Amino acid sequence: MSFFARFAQNRGALFGLIILLGIIVMAILAPLVFPESPWRMVQRPFLPPMEVDGFLLGTDTMGRNVAAGLMHGAWVSLMIGLVSTLVALMIGVPLGAVAGYYGGLIDDGLMRFTEFFQTIPNFALAIVLVAIMQPSITSIVLAIAIVSWPPVARLVRAEFMSLRNREYVEAARLVGQSNATIIVRQILPNTLSPIIVLASLMVATAILLESALSFVGLGDPNVMSWGYMIGAARTVIRQAWWLSFFPGVAILLTVLALNLVGEGLDDALNPKLARERS
Amino acid sequence: MLYLRLITMRLLKAVVVLFMIIIFNFVLIQLAPGDPAAILAGEAGATDEEFLRQLRERFGLDQPMYVQLWRYVSGIAMLDFGFSYRQGVPVLDLILARLPATLLLTGTAFVLSLALGIVAGSLAAARVKKPSGSIIMTLALLFYATPLFWVALMSVVLFSVYLDLLPAYGMYTVGAGHTGLALVLDVGKHLILPATTLALFFMAIYTRMTRASMLEASQQDFVKTARAKGLKNSVIQRRHILRNALLPIITLAGLQAGQMVGGAILTETVFAWPGIGRLMFEALQQRDYNLLLGIFFFSAALVIVFNIITDLVYGLADPRIKEGS
Repeated sequence: MSFFARFAQNRGALFGLIILLGIIVMAILAPLVFPESPWRMVQRPFLPPMEVDGFLLGTDTMGRNVAAGLMHGAWVSLMIGLVSTLVALMIGVPLGAVAGYYGGLIDDGLMRFTEFFQTIPNFALAIVLVAIMQPSITSIVLAIAIVSWPPVARLVRAEFMSLRNREYVEAARLVGQSNATIIVRQILPNTLSPIIVLASLMVATAILLESALSFVGLGDPNVMSWGYMIGAARTVIRQAWWLSFFPGVAILLTVLALNLVGEGLDDALNPKLARERS
Repeated sequence: MLYLRLITMRLLKAVVVLFMIIIFNFVLIQLAPGDPAAILAGEAGATDEEFLRQLRERFGLDQPMYVQLWRYVSGIAMLDFGFSYRQGVPVLDLILARLPATLLLTGTAFVLSLALGIVAGSLAAARVKKPSGSIIMTLALLFYATPLFWVALMSVVLFSVYLDLLPAYGMYTVGAGHTGLALVLDVGKHLILPATTLALFFMAIYTRMTRASMLEASQQDFVKTARAKGLKNSVIQRRHILRNALLPIITLAGLQAGQMVGGAILTETVFAWPGIGRLMFEALQQRDYNLLLGIFFFSAALVIVFNIITDLVYGLADPRIKEGS
């Protein structure tokens, strides 16, 4: 069976993929459908959904178009989720690989370091980091990456530990390949599938984290994001439910889709496990 | 004896981690843009030069770095977290006043989510190929993907604004002057929405964990033996599978403690629950960095205490650890 056929066998994953593609299309089309900045006031404030033509989702406290914010926010959420996951991988993969490959004291030290980061409450650490570095896209991405790399390091370490004494690794050693070459060219390619699955779930968590940071007022003040929209509407929730409702649904759908896709990737990349599970 | 040594080791490790967090806090203050004195005073912008000079002297910021670090560490060791210049009160007083509310909220949410999660997860494991099992898992995935603060806001809209059933803000009715049982009931009523919304996300996690753990335990030989003996399925599920599946759940529940504290920041913000999460939000809005770092240290300490309790419970639940065989 081909990779996609195995993926599509999981109906939830197919559903997730469709939602995710829809959101990506939304993000790409945002500047075409709403060429104006989503921060611009375009109508009277507190316009309920579907009351005036062209304002399907109404306007917010400042008369800004909610639909425009939603579409522009899609780009921000997806980008922050993706980039912060990549940065987390860049921290977690090398640490885990070195710890798992060498073992011994190096492993002990690196794992204590990882445990330290796992003990600190994630969200509190992210808040403190962004607050001290001042809110910006860079500080948000860095903070999310710093709180999310430990699971990557643990996973990669476990994979390396189980692979480091395989025949092909011994063979590479006999041929005289250096440790660095063995780590990067021999073992790492064989650990990719669990890393890909974990990464897709991490993008989902990163999007949730970003929205929570924006919600408490730590979003980049220059970009419109879903979390900011909900946070800004928090105090007027009694008068205008729609201001928080739609961005929340957008976050929910994106995170749900990424989780479903992650499960599908898991099935497609580990066909044996998937058969045992069902 | 081994159990005692295990606890001593855990306590020692906790002290090391707390020490590292203190150093981490210190580094953060140094890394922050602007004058550390200005940051400690909660003023990111320009301030009275004379005031800053006094602050620098008072905090010893004119001293070499290692002296500053020593002062900072020894200060916290004596529970001196500095002063909140915004509120005009020592940071420790502010935190201690808010701690009970957070413990009540997170404690309730923890028990609620663990109990409901284990029940839902074992139901889903017992009905693994039936529609009812899939429905439970779909709901769990849905709760897992929903932003916590959004569920909180939407429950305010639904239960408080439209249905007018539950209070949406605060911990008790202001000015009602309840005492005794009336006060307990009043707080309980205010606790329902924050605790439930905080619990939903964690319930989803525990449901998934319980199901996976039970399915794994059901593969083992003793389950086949029990079936061969002709025991009823419900008895096998409850007494053989669930009991063996519980240990990994306890471990993972302990690891979730940090997330619970993070979730409390969001729920307390929405419901104006007077705990340290809400205090953190207020500190953020006022750029009160001294208070912010104090709360950060406390939340990490809370997680460590919680982890130690989990270890103790784990030792009680698994006699093999206690006897050390």
